[in-house]
Amino acid sequence: MKKIEAIVRPYVVEIIKNKLDSIGIGGMTVSNVEGFGNQGGHTEVYRDSEMCVSFVPKSKIEIVLNDEKVDDVVKIILENARSGQIGDGKIFIIPIENAIKIRTGETGKDAI
Amino acid sequence: MSTEELAQIPSNTTLQRDGDVQISKKARMWIAAVLLILAVAAGSIISVRETLGEFTEQSPLINSADTGFVFISACLVMLMTPGLALFYGGMVRKKNVLGTMMQSFVALGIASFIWVAYGYSLAFGPDVNHLIGNLDWAMLQNVTLSPNPSYSRTIPHQLFMIFQMMFACLTPALITGAFAGRFKFKAYIMFLILWLTFVYCPLAHWVWGDGGWIKNLGGLDFAGGLVVHIGSGAAALASCLVLGKRTGYKKEAMPPHNLTLTFIGACLLWFGWFGFNAGSALSAGSLAISAFVTTQVAAGMGIIAWCLTEWANRGKSTVLGALSGAIAGLVAVTPAAGFVTPTAAMVIGFLAGSICYFAVSLKSKFDYDDSLDVVGIHGVGGILGSLLVGVFATVLINPDGANGLIHGSWHLLWVQIISTAASIVFSFCGTWLILKILGRCTELRITEKQEMKGLDITQHSENCYRL
Repeated sequence: MKKIEAIVRPYVVEIIKNKLDSIGIGGMTVSNVEGFGNQGGHTEVYRDSEMCVSFVPKSKIEIVLNDEKVDDVVKIILENARSGQIGDGKIFIIPIENAIKIRTGETGKDAI
Repeated sequence: MSTEELAQIPSNTTLQRDGDVQISKKARMWIAAVLLILAVAAGSIISVRETLGEFTEQSPLINSADTGFVFISACLVMLMTPGLALFYGGMVRKKNVLGTMMQSFVALGIASFIWVAYGYSLAFGPDVNHLIGNLDWAMLQNVTLSPNPSYSRTIPHQLFMIFQMMFACLTPALITGAFAGRFKFKAYIMFLILWLTFVYCPLAHWVWGDGGWIKNLGGLDFAGGLVVHIGSGAAALASCLVLGKRTGYKKEAMPPHNLTLTFIGACLLWFGWFGFNAGSALSAGSLAISAFVTTQVAAGMGIIAWCLTEWANRGKSTVLGALSGAIAGLVAVTPAAGFVTPTAAMVIGFLAGSICYFAVSLKSKFDYDDSLDVVGIHGVGGILGSLLVGVFATVLINPDGANGLIHGSWHLLWVQIISTAASIVFSFCGTWLILKILGRCTELRITEKQEMKGLDITQHSENCYRL
């Protein structure tokens, strides 16, 4: 089992979700996050005060899945989240020890 | 643990309940008691109505159109206080939204009470030494439903009283922008009571009260440039100097948390301003419409001027800038609304939009924390408008006014300079003294720790956003 953690631009989340649905990925967790990287921030102006916003809003997608599906999912994320501009985000793949479904108590592959 | 063992753990039944609300016996008794009291109150009001019937025989001097017009205007001005609450509420940080809105809203309560109890009498009652009214009209004694020859020739005296009450609600609320996010609520209530009593009422008497010295001198203030905007602007400067800066000012960013609230608030203010300015004509006639036109064009020119100035300086126009420009234009045209031509109002609005743009940066230069720019917009805008009355006023628009500089008279400008200076000095010193004395009796500011948590939680135990 692996966890795919992808930091992407917020507007691609919906598209990725629909594509993942079609290859039978049954769930994912999305959170709104802020961070900095190569993209840098921007300047905001409120009356006489100028402020630098150094953290850029991004979405973090977390999917736990069986090893054989990892390549497909990575491919889908790359295809849909890549604009070619700085700030497209990153994908991390992390090994997962176990998973437990709270309702039934099923573990491992059955739980996801 | 194995899957079987994990499956055996019983489920938490409390999670399955879908919130069936049970009203306790005690609560039901309370509801019944409140309903009973309401019913008794309603019954007694009806009986009072019947006994009052013969006293409210309408005076023949009352003009129905004027009465209806000023009634609607008073309602519009009332809307400005909640509008201001939204305007300010959007500009503060997330943790201070409710506290900031409450500071405006509670003024509706306190000022309404004070105005009836003694405020109206102090401001408009029989004159004492040209400085203040006496207490003959306290609790609205002698304030009848018939016209009053000095203030309300064609409308019930109580209508004029309540129209003025709405101004008294709004003015202290305007000050709160200067000390947003750091005034202790209990201390604020005391400040509100003292400020209305010792600053607002005398100032209103000077400018509008029968026998007030500025009125006798010939100073013109159509709808509150001196009383409302200079009064609140100078008080704002004094209060942010006495209270000091917000913790972290200039060290951390304090951007507005929701400009859509500010947008709605500014639009409500603009809408209410029609009642504020046109209503100040106190009759549904040509003067009211003249004031309506000048109000609208000045606000419009304010937007244009602020946006252009911003564009020239920074390369972009901002939404908050456009809203601020409109408010600056409205502030500046307030004292002039019923005395100047539409063309003059356009000039006033344009000057206000561009001058107030630069005025909001005064706080960085002189290093005070006027959080929401009350000094820069209401103070400077009010001063500008009051002085420009002395330039643009003409008796062709309002025979009760006077001719300004461009219509051939230096006198009015001179009078306006004296009136403006006197209002600034009085409101600034009065507010300073009130806060210094109040600061001896109680803590004015919330603690640094409370400031971190915000007004909402520490002053009201509420949270604006559960997101």
